[in-house]
Amino acid sequence: MNLAITITKKEIKSYFNAPAAYIVLVIFLLLSGWFFASPLFINNQANLRTLFGIIPLLYLFFIPAITMGLLSREKNTGTMELLATLPIKDSQIIMGKFWASVSLIGVGLLLTLVHYITIMLLGTNVDFGAIFCGYIGLLFLGAVYSSIGIFASSITSNQVVSLIISFFIIFFFFIIKFFLFFVPDFMVGIFQFISIDYHFSNIARGVIDTRNIIYFVSLVVLFLKLAQTSLENRNWK
Amino acid sequence: MISLQNLTKDYGSVRAVDHINFEINEGEILGFLGPNGAGKTTTLRMITCFLSPTSGNIEVENMNIKDKQIEIKRLIGYLPEHNPLYIDMTVFDYLKFIADIREISNFSSRIKEVIKQCGLNGVVHKPINTLSKGYKQRVGFAQAILHDPKILILDEPTSGLDPNQIVEIRELIKELGKEKTLIISSHILQEVQAVCDRIVIINEGKIVADGSTEELQSAFQNKTKLILELIAPENKILEISDNIKEVSILSISPLDETTFKVEIEFDSTNDKRAEIFNFIKSKEWVLLEMRRENISLEAVFRNLTIEGGER
Repeated sequence: MNLAITITKKEIKSYFNAPAAYIVLVIFLLLSGWFFASPLFINNQANLRTLFGIIPLLYLFFIPAITMGLLSREKNTGTMELLATLPIKDSQIIMGKFWASVSLIGVGLLLTLVHYITIMLLGTNVDFGAIFCGYIGLLFLGAVYSSIGIFASSITSNQVVSLIISFFIIFFFFIIKFFLFFVPDFMVGIFQFISIDYHFSNIARGVIDTRNIIYFVSLVVLFLKLAQTSLENRNWK
Repeated sequence: MISLQNLTKDYGSVRAVDHINFEINEGEILGFLGPNGAGKTTTLRMITCFLSPTSGNIEVENMNIKDKQIEIKRLIGYLPEHNPLYIDMTVFDYLKFIADIREISNFSSRIKEVIKQCGLNGVVHKPINTLSKGYKQRVGFAQAILHDPKILILDEPTSGLDPNQIVEIRELIKELGKEKTLIISSHILQEVQAVCDRIVIINEGKIVADGSTEELQSAFQNKTKLILELIAPENKILEISDNIKEVSILSISPLDETTFKVEIEFDSTNDKRAEIFNFIKSKEWVLLEMRRENISLEAVFRNLTIEGGER
């Protein structure tokens, strides 16, 4: 596990050595702040529900962008050969990259706590529990999307291809809730269970259910395992 | 120390490495030679556990590549072809990263040694993408020897460097070779000739020659090639091969109206120079020059790889 953290440190350094991470964070904060603040006084409610509504949508664009290079750049520049011939397991490489992406998302979420301060100052009776759960949910959501992004990054050496693939996989999990009206009754349950928003909104309401946690964790494990498998199958190249 | 047994690698329907067998002993400096696309890099990538063999086996210090990959990787220092580096890191950060992954405990003293050995003083805190190609290569070397590996594998370590840098890198290789088992791949002969004890030549995935520099030279020097410059009537020159047994004329080319350059070949065991001289004297032609062309390793290499390819 130690070696995975070495990879994480390296990735976080390379995020913050380049302007990309700053640009992503600033735009993420601007957009989330704007979507949060503009209806704040119309709703006149002291909660972060609008924020929790908009961040999953922002994730859809930002997470593919921060994960696209994690493995495909290594493949493209040939450093994958270097990394793969060092005494480190493929699973440790994947985990290191995963934690780096989750950490960057964590930093972004941490910065949105400024909105929490706003409603604390403006409102009364702020429901800390619901907000805390909402952030937990966002972190899990970010973890799932990161694992999808890393999987997409592992199957190609082209960052743009990686971006498009991860965008569409995430989009599938994101959009599926809108199709619930069109599917036959007996399949609604399955579709609902696949829909990521169903699980996220449960947590965001303040209910942390093991079913939702298991759903998130198993998606993370599934995509990271797939990424690991595709990394191990470098042989045909 | 390293043994390859019936090693084969297919990329789809293309066979890159075809049942190769050889052993590398401890302390040996092995030159792995072949034209581009012969399977050198693929073989090295299998030894370094980057690729897995389609069939066959590799053992490093009696550890099988199938189940002891991490242990084998610890023993090996590897400089891949084209020397991939994290170019946005500084030299120090890069070496620190490698050291962390390799779990080197005495990093602060070790990095000083390596920086001195590779001549990286003065660029330690510069980002790698600002360095010249020669310095980048040294950073690659530093990376490969950082953990003081028993086995060092260098894939085309001097490709793309200028002649001065090549000499410097060769010196470095020679120095490293004193205490390590070394495998150097190259398509340049002089390079391998300059530093290696033993040469393995590979062509189209098959080993076509294996031996020391001298062995390879003598093994392929069974024919002697003689180059004559002489003044003689052109249509009579062929009489040389008609009158002397076991001599063949390879070519006759005019240098000017009366002077011709003639290439003659005969078995090395049976020196025909005196007979040829006497024959020319008897005809009262003028012999301007007679010299033996040594078959260099270059010729051996060309014979093995080009003719082998056409066969």
